[in-house]
Amino acid sequence: MSEMTLVEAVNLALARAMEDDPDVVVLGEDVGINGGVFRATAGLQARFGPERVLDTPLAELLISGLCVGMAAQGLRPVGEIQFMGFLYPCIDQLVNHASRIRNRTQGRLTCPMVLRTPHGAGIRAPEHHSESTEAMLAHIPGLRVVIPSSPERAYRLLLAAIRDPDPVVFLEPTRIYRAAKGEVEDNGEALPLDVAFVLREGRDVTLISWGAMLKETMAAADALAVDGIAAEVVDLATLKPYDEVTVLGSVTKTGRCVIVHEATRTGGFGAEIAALIAERSLTSLLAPVARVTGYDTVIPMARLEQHMMPSVDRIVTAARKACQFS
Amino acid sequence: MADAGLPVIARFEVRHRNYLAPDGSINRPLPAFASDASLLTALYRAMVLLRIFDRKAVALQRTGRLGTYAVSLGQEAVSVGIASAMRGEDVLLPSYRDNGALIWRGVKLEEILLFWGGDERGNHFSGPVEDFPFCVPVGSQAPHAAGVAYAFKLRREPRVAVCMFGDGATSKGDVYEAMNFAGVHRLPVVFVVTNNQWAISVPLRLQTGCETLAQKAIAAGFIGEQVDGSDVVAVRAAAEDAIVAARDGQGPRFVEAVTYRLGDHTTSDDASRYRSADEVQTRWKEEPIARLRNYLVGQKMWSKAEEEALAAECHARVEAAVERYLATEQRRPETMFDHLYARLPEAYAAQRRELAGEGDV
Repeated sequence: MSEMTLVEAVNLALARAMEDDPDVVVLGEDVGINGGVFRATAGLQARFGPERVLDTPLAELLISGLCVGMAAQGLRPVGEIQFMGFLYPCIDQLVNHASRIRNRTQGRLTCPMVLRTPHGAGIRAPEHHSESTEAMLAHIPGLRVVIPSSPERAYRLLLAAIRDPDPVVFLEPTRIYRAAKGEVEDNGEALPLDVAFVLREGRDVTLISWGAMLKETMAAADALAVDGIAAEVVDLATLKPYDEVTVLGSVTKTGRCVIVHEATRTGGFGAEIAALIAERSLTSLLAPVARVTGYDTVIPMARLEQHMMPSVDRIVTAARKACQFS
Repeated sequence: MADAGLPVIARFEVRHRNYLAPDGSINRPLPAFASDASLLTALYRAMVLLRIFDRKAVALQRTGRLGTYAVSLGQEAVSVGIASAMRGEDVLLPSYRDNGALIWRGVKLEEILLFWGGDERGNHFSGPVEDFPFCVPVGSQAPHAAGVAYAFKLRREPRVAVCMFGDGATSKGDVYEAMNFAGVHRLPVVFVVTNNQWAISVPLRLQTGCETLAQKAIAAGFIGEQVDGSDVVAVRAAAEDAIVAARDGQGPRFVEAVTYRLGDHTTSDDASRYRSADEVQTRWKEEPIARLRNYLVGQKMWSKAEEEALAAECHARVEAAVERYLATEQRRPETMFDHLYARLPEAYAAQRRELAGEGDV
């Protein structure tokens, strides 16, 4: 067991998956000799050869479409899109093909592919490099959308995604690629998909988040604890399909819920969770469900981006307000 | 103007292939396979079946028993000619107007009707199990073909992916991205464009400034050839050359089959809004079925009696398929969830139960 960063855990999972299964193919721009712009694929080409670790032309639609063709042939392609802002040319392939080829052909063809991309703001990157449009992907039937929040979960959820018989979009929280460190044992064991993780138990308020935003959410839980408020923190991890049981179970227990995401508010995934709680657990609520989200604006460039993203203070304020509601 | 004194560093050419003239006479010596009367008549039979099937499908649509349908009228030679050059283990990635190729490869007529009749079971067809279903978003199957061909190459399998699309698709980045990648990796894939002159109402001259579509292959680094797409002998010969070369490790090829869509774009379209009856009438003189029949009759390979027997046989086959199609039991509503994921996530199981009338949502 060794301590590593989240991006190193991604690399470890890719290497493990390629070692275990000769059908696993990694493809994308700069994934080969360069090891990916974030080094997520570092060393893989030297180890597994250029046929299985493939530098593609600069064409995102192509990368996702190649994955569909390869997957229909029984390969396990793992495509990399360098930043989420460049994922949009892939949407046609994800919506019209990857997510529905099983259904269209009634199971005759399937699509066990993974499309990985860095997700989210906070790294002072240029325009179009800080997107967090996960709700758009989570709206697509037949797809899985997974966001890890620690090196351990990155390693085990990516292994699960690669082994899954259906297409998975794997969103890697850019802001904590290197900031998140932890022990990971390279034993090839996967975590289940479609399952939320309770990172911290508490009786007073449920804080739900995913990806990099869990860093602030956990810090908020610490701050609330000082005030004697015991926050339960849920890492949703898989957004499509998401773990309704854990969400409802936690909210039923605490009676209060704050959903935290850096993506813009309108139509964000927080709205889905709030609606679920309203439909299924209204009577257990002691306060309105609150959302702490990015604002309904384009994610600003470096100088203002921290003002767009939920801060620990905003989360703490929302949770306190929920706890004081009567 | 460029300086005439500058050196030329590259020149390219595009060949055009044709054997049979519109009246069925031959323009140049036929390829070897054309001496096989049984193969030529098989191509002819497949085209006639497709035309009779099309006519019936339109009638079904007009009487409310089929959804929107895309006819192959006038371009039967392309899908039949291409599919006839493929092996069973090759993979076809068709567009929505390639019924002739699917039928040649063993897809049942009732399965095609099921698809156009609004039932996904039509895509669970009896053809080669790895063939792709019809692709509706234009040209978006081209990257799949490159992916399939990459898998063949990675596994050292002597198989070829054959990707079919229309002239409109060549305007899309998807097609160029796939061709470009196939060129880089010398993949065993053959791209076929059925250039039927019209992308719904947009004529070829508004689709491209190119003299040919075949030359688009040049930018991707491989050979593009133009064939007379109303001459099934030419289509089959070009397809065979391309597929053999691809299987042999010589990389991808591109075939532009120049033909004409004599019918409407689909049963929801009225082509008389955008093109003249005169134009269509002129093109009828070049259509592929009469062309091959004239040749076969001239060669004493085909007789009036055989023609009558074929028509009766095709009608019977189509009618029997229609009966099976109409008799297909309706799927239960909750089955729309059955192939959404390999295993239905618990989150959606309740929705399935609701559709099944076991509502506990």
